[in-house]
Amino acid sequence: MEPIYLDHAATTPMHPDVIKEMNHTMETTFGNPSSVHYFGRKARKYLDEARRVASNSIGANEKDIIFTSGGTEADNMALLGTALANKQKGNHIITTEIEHHATLHAIQYLEHQGFEVTYLPVNEMGQVIVEDVEKALTDETILVSIMMVNNETGAIQPIEQIGKLLQEHQAYFHTDAVQAYGLLSINVQQLGVDLLTTSSHKINGPKGIGFLYVKQGVHFEALHHGGEQERKRRPGTENIPAIVGFQKAIELAGAERNERTETYNYYKQLFVDSLQEAGIKFSVNSSKEVIPTIINISFPGTNVEALLMNFDLDGIAASSGSACTAGSVEASHVLSAMFGKGSERTLNSIRFSFGIANNEQQIKTAANRIAKVVNRLRK
Amino acid sequence: MTDNSNTRVVVGMSGGVDSSVTALLLKQQGYDVVGIFMKNWDDTDEFGVCTATEDFDDVVRVCNQLDIPYYAVNFEKQYWDKVFTYFLDEYKAGRTPNPDVMCNKEIKFKAFLEHALSLGADYVATGHYAQVREVDGRYEMLRGVDDNKDQTYFLNQLTSDVLAKVMFPLGHLPKKEVRRIANEHGLATATKKDSTGICFIGERNFKEFLSEYLPAQPGKMKTMTGEDKGQHEGLMYYTIGQRQGLGIGGPGDPWFVVGKDLEKNVLFVEQGYANDYLYSDGLIATDVNWINGAPTEAMVCTAKFRYRQKDSKVTVVPIDDNRVEVIFDERERAITPGQAVVFYDEEVCLGGATIDEIFKDKEKLNYVG
Repeated sequence: MEPIYLDHAATTPMHPDVIKEMNHTMETTFGNPSSVHYFGRKARKYLDEARRVASNSIGANEKDIIFTSGGTEADNMALLGTALANKQKGNHIITTEIEHHATLHAIQYLEHQGFEVTYLPVNEMGQVIVEDVEKALTDETILVSIMMVNNETGAIQPIEQIGKLLQEHQAYFHTDAVQAYGLLSINVQQLGVDLLTTSSHKINGPKGIGFLYVKQGVHFEALHHGGEQERKRRPGTENIPAIVGFQKAIELAGAERNERTETYNYYKQLFVDSLQEAGIKFSVNSSKEVIPTIINISFPGTNVEALLMNFDLDGIAASSGSACTAGSVEASHVLSAMFGKGSERTLNSIRFSFGIANNEQQIKTAANRIAKVVNRLRK
Repeated sequence: MTDNSNTRVVVGMSGGVDSSVTALLLKQQGYDVVGIFMKNWDDTDEFGVCTATEDFDDVVRVCNQLDIPYYAVNFEKQYWDKVFTYFLDEYKAGRTPNPDVMCNKEIKFKAFLEHALSLGADYVATGHYAQVREVDGRYEMLRGVDDNKDQTYFLNQLTSDVLAKVMFPLGHLPKKEVRRIANEHGLATATKKDSTGICFIGERNFKEFLSEYLPAQPGKMKTMTGEDKGQHEGLMYYTIGQRQGLGIGGPGDPWFVVGKDLEKNVLFVEQGYANDYLYSDGLIATDVNWINGAPTEAMVCTAKFRYRQKDSKVTVVPIDDNRVEVIFDERERAITPGQAVVFYDEEVCLGGATIDEIFKDKEKLNYVG
């Protein structure tokens, strides 16, 4: 049985063109971009070009881009880097209950260091309410971090409105755009964000690379110390092949944005229709203002642990927001925030996410396999 | 060789060498093998380190070597409700429970079995040293061939219906051979130490562990004739026949625990390994399970009263659906309430029960429990 990959929000396969570019780079370039000789310059050219493409993709300046090892590092850098550098301005941070753990755990670390943190709730659609942000703001607030698209439900957050709200406030505004980047059009000026996180492997680029946008003038402390790279904000010899691969992925995502949006919206509708045709009971968590690639579905009368194992054995790769490490199932913190801690949806919901590994036939086949498992488990 | 590729076997994998070799052997026989790690207990320490995480890592490494899918399932709640609660209740009652017997009955061959079946499994397999034999559509459980490792004692609560869905691929192997196979195939767990003791206590100090859940009530130690022999630290810390940890000095033979008075919180001690108070000639056991049906009348067979003990000749007399009387051919030492008595006919394990009351010369030994 051919396994079907419906977990693109976890990671994506690399685009063939990305692999081609990376191979070419690895075969032809090995220099250290900091070196003052031919080999170094050749590598530096790649780096500069990638930085230009990255900054253009979000309407930023080249100097505002810091390449990192990925989303987690970029989030940590954004949060710890600004909180520590702006301690004298205040002690208060605002975030939401539905952030990725890269944000939540970094902020919890800051909380242990003495910062006051407000965790904003969300509504049943999984969205933060702008007024809640406004109410939470104080003179002490130095940082607001709210993700652009939730990784479990795909719910799009009102970043632009929050950006407007924060325009006149001292607090820096960070958004984790890992799930949005590549699919939603992003312009940092228009969004009014000061810091923005992206990751390459979610958009068909290689793993181990991402970038953090830091607006010029933001007080920011480096977490690592060493060389001069990335304007001393992220020292360490640059991973040129990965950066080039990321660049290619950014270019492809930009060129194909409309087409991808249309395709994945179609897949999502087809998926829901096929599940409905199969006659199983389910409901969609977060159905309005959601990114096309992600759908989060609750299957009443089942549980995540059994669902995921059965899906895998029947050729469906999906995931849940519930962390399962060595068999400990923790209810999804995102769905808990949406539906309440005891809600059974937090323990019977699965995230399916579409991408370049899929085609139309797969979506139909997947829905049939899923229906079979769900029917079996409900018995 | 028969084609086993359409037969799905879910292997309960602990991260130890036995279950690793179990999965290997089934894979070699061509079965559709799935490895599952059961997390029954959360022992995360203050540094976030948890032995289950490390054991699961070993499961992952072995499954990848064997190229089989692997998962983890969580039975912490079931384990707490069905095994740990029983464990504490028995200690509270002054008895010595056997959580492994209960874990096999309630978790491994019930909750886990059901879970495996929901994954489309035809069988579950574990690394227990025991064997299953089909006889005219009934399933018998035989001792493992390695006398020293035979685990039927802990499996006495299984039934023919359950055994129909169970494989014990190690039952015909000596432990040494299992290690050898693991080494030969370079399994990641080949040299891993066997786990000892009760799984949720692990390497920790038993007294310390128990005191976290049950308040210890120190009291008097007395001889059976009422002579004061000092203090005990709490009745739950002692089991019948125990010699260690009494701290009674003086001349003569060493001292042993012979009984408890729960009401007065007194621990009874007597001198000499072969002290008469330690001996009995019969018992009544409850929660009896017969793997292939109960005998209708008194039956002569052999029995074990403890793990790794030699069999003793007994007569089993059914009392009702739940209880049996067991009469020993010869007197037995240190029979302990709460432990299992398990019955055998030669190599076949017939079933077992929980020791409840103990007798000598038809008199109930009230001091034992």
